[in-house]
Amino acid sequence: MTANLMLIAVVGVMVGAGVTLVLERSLTRILVGFVLIGNGLNVLFLVVSGPAGAAPILGLSGDPMADPLPQAMALTAIVITLGTTAFGLALAYRAWQLTGTDDVQDDLEDDLIRRRAERDEVSATFDEVDDTELPDEGYAGDATLAPEDEVPA
Amino acid sequence: MTSLLDQLVLAPVILPLLGAGLCLAFGRFASAQRVISIITLVAVVASASVLLVRADRHGPQSFNVGGWPAEIGISLVADRLSSLLLLISTIVTLCVLLYSVGQGIVEFGRDAPLSVFYPTFLVLSAGVSNAFLSADLFNLFVGFEILLASSYVLITLGGTEARVRSGTIYIIVSLASSALFLISVACVYAATGTVNFAQLALRMPELSSPVATMLQLMLLLTFAVKAAVFPLSAWLPDSYPTAPAPVTAVFAGLLTKVGIYAMLRTQTLLFPTHELRTLLLWASILTMVVGIMGAVAQSDIKRVLSFTLVSHIGFMLFGIALASDLGMTGAIFYIVHHITVQTTLFLVAGLVEYRSGTTNLDRLGGLARHAPVLAVMFFVPAMNLAGIPPFSGFLGKLALIEAGVEAGDWLALVGVGAAVATSLLTLYAVVKIWNRAFWQPMADPEDETPVPFDPLVMGGSLHGRSSVGTATQRETTWKEDTEGERLPLRMAMPTIALGLVTVALTVFGAPLFSVADRAADELHERTPYIEAVLGDG
Repeated sequence: MTANLMLIAVVGVMVGAGVTLVLERSLTRILVGFVLIGNGLNVLFLVVSGPAGAAPILGLSGDPMADPLPQAMALTAIVITLGTTAFGLALAYRAWQLTGTDDVQDDLEDDLIRRRAERDEVSATFDEVDDTELPDEGYAGDATLAPEDEVPA
Repeated sequence: MTSLLDQLVLAPVILPLLGAGLCLAFGRFASAQRVISIITLVAVVASASVLLVRADRHGPQSFNVGGWPAEIGISLVADRLSSLLLLISTIVTLCVLLYSVGQGIVEFGRDAPLSVFYPTFLVLSAGVSNAFLSADLFNLFVGFEILLASSYVLITLGGTEARVRSGTIYIIVSLASSALFLISVACVYAATGTVNFAQLALRMPELSSPVATMLQLMLLLTFAVKAAVFPLSAWLPDSYPTAPAPVTAVFAGLLTKVGIYAMLRTQTLLFPTHELRTLLLWASILTMVVGIMGAVAQSDIKRVLSFTLVSHIGFMLFGIALASDLGMTGAIFYIVHHITVQTTLFLVAGLVEYRSGTTNLDRLGGLARHAPVLAVMFFVPAMNLAGIPPFSGFLGKLALIEAGVEAGDWLALVGVGAAVATSLLTLYAVVKIWNRAFWQPMADPEDETPVPFDPLVMGGSLHGRSSVGTATQRETTWKEDTEGERLPLRMAMPTIALGLVTVALTVFGAPLFSVADRAADELHERTPYIEAVLGDG
């Protein structure tokens, strides 16, 4: 099988950019990252389907047909990405409604350990961290605004 | 040729989807939705049991959807493994559905224009069935996506802050693993030109060994995220406990097991030479030990249970890693046992929460005196989970440990040691729950250092009308309402029924074990499956 190097490079760039975005804190950026990854993977399915050919409809043309199976898969993947993106956007909006930010919050376990350390001041692992520096101040239940978003625009 | 019975393989996928559609059509009539959901799932349980009997007697049942041949179309196959897991998962789903009906989990009212719980629940069931039955990698991906998409909705149900927070992490992890799955599917297709399991089984040996190992690693990695195998398990204890009790219960029972099932299927069918044994054994050992360490450290029932869930995934992985006949049999038996037991325990945790307003062990106590029935309902599955002798957990663990000893090399023996230690620590964890929540008297609130009320840990349940208010407000008002209330029979009955199923797994341990044994044989033979898929194309 001959692979199209150009398309592979495109896949690499899109997925790479997507992964970079997913590593951000803001849910909106993460979602954009997943959209990029998803589209990159759809291009990957183009690579996988081999050389381009005629439309894969039986009896329409005598030329070698393109492989229809990866196309069907890419189509399915597009639909799934659409659905999850829509849900993710709604979730980001809801998070923003509740906390004034759509930042992904810290793991609950981290919070619990931090709080346990605060209660137990002789704990060796507890160093006096100024709590306001922590990014997830909004957890207390009411809609306190989180501190200024420090992620550069 | 295509009699109605041949098409029965379709039923567990089609019926819940149909039911979900009907539920949406009757979106404003709660009782209609309940009736539709229950009827649908009863029908699915019936069809799954017929499938199991037929698969056991006549070999794998397959059906090519839309009449396309298996090579290019979608086919569904129910062999012994698939139909056994399908049956047990639909029974569990039905019980959880009845429980949530009893809980009155409906969001009608000012804020919700349309109730989404029942339709989403049915779609989840369809996704699980599709994953169990699918005979190709891409349809497995679609099955995963169906169940994940509905799990996104269920885990953020009500949209409270705690749930949005934990749901976000869950969704990001799931999306990442789905992307990985898609890459794996594309790579598999690039290497072999097919995604059909049967064809893959025939073509995999032709691949050069590094390529095959890479594909195996990618698939394993994907499924390890879904199944919460140790280094990739951090998302689970964080996201599950905040969801409503029935949702957590059905997730705990089914979702991770679908990942384990996918591993079992691909490992046996596609990669029978088994080159990654060492890696899998280490992963299983670490999953068992690290998971149970987490459980021991927790002080909330739901969180303890979430960590035991992670830990016991290690047992199933141990069986898969050993790959001997007995190991596979043990793993299959253990999956069946664990689906029911873990779900029952989470339902009981929901009842504890309903009755006492909290699942935090620091603020529970004396339940054995005030709610003796609830205590028994917790005690039996808890001992079962820990593997106390008469119960099915003991049988499963015994089989796995025997398989480890039989393998005999030092790593397998380390695994056996880890399994024994994990069982003991599981016992410790559940006894801790038992002592603090049920046995010892309620601590006097004044004496105690005040535990800050923690809306994070208290995911709350959707008892009563779901309000969009903050979790804190909702929990406190609701706690006053139900303090000291008797257990609602309609929530208790499904839990007791599921508890009886776990006991039945013990009583009928021998027939179940022989079915699991035959399923494992079938997995090792591989030909019946391949012939069923490709034969009557």
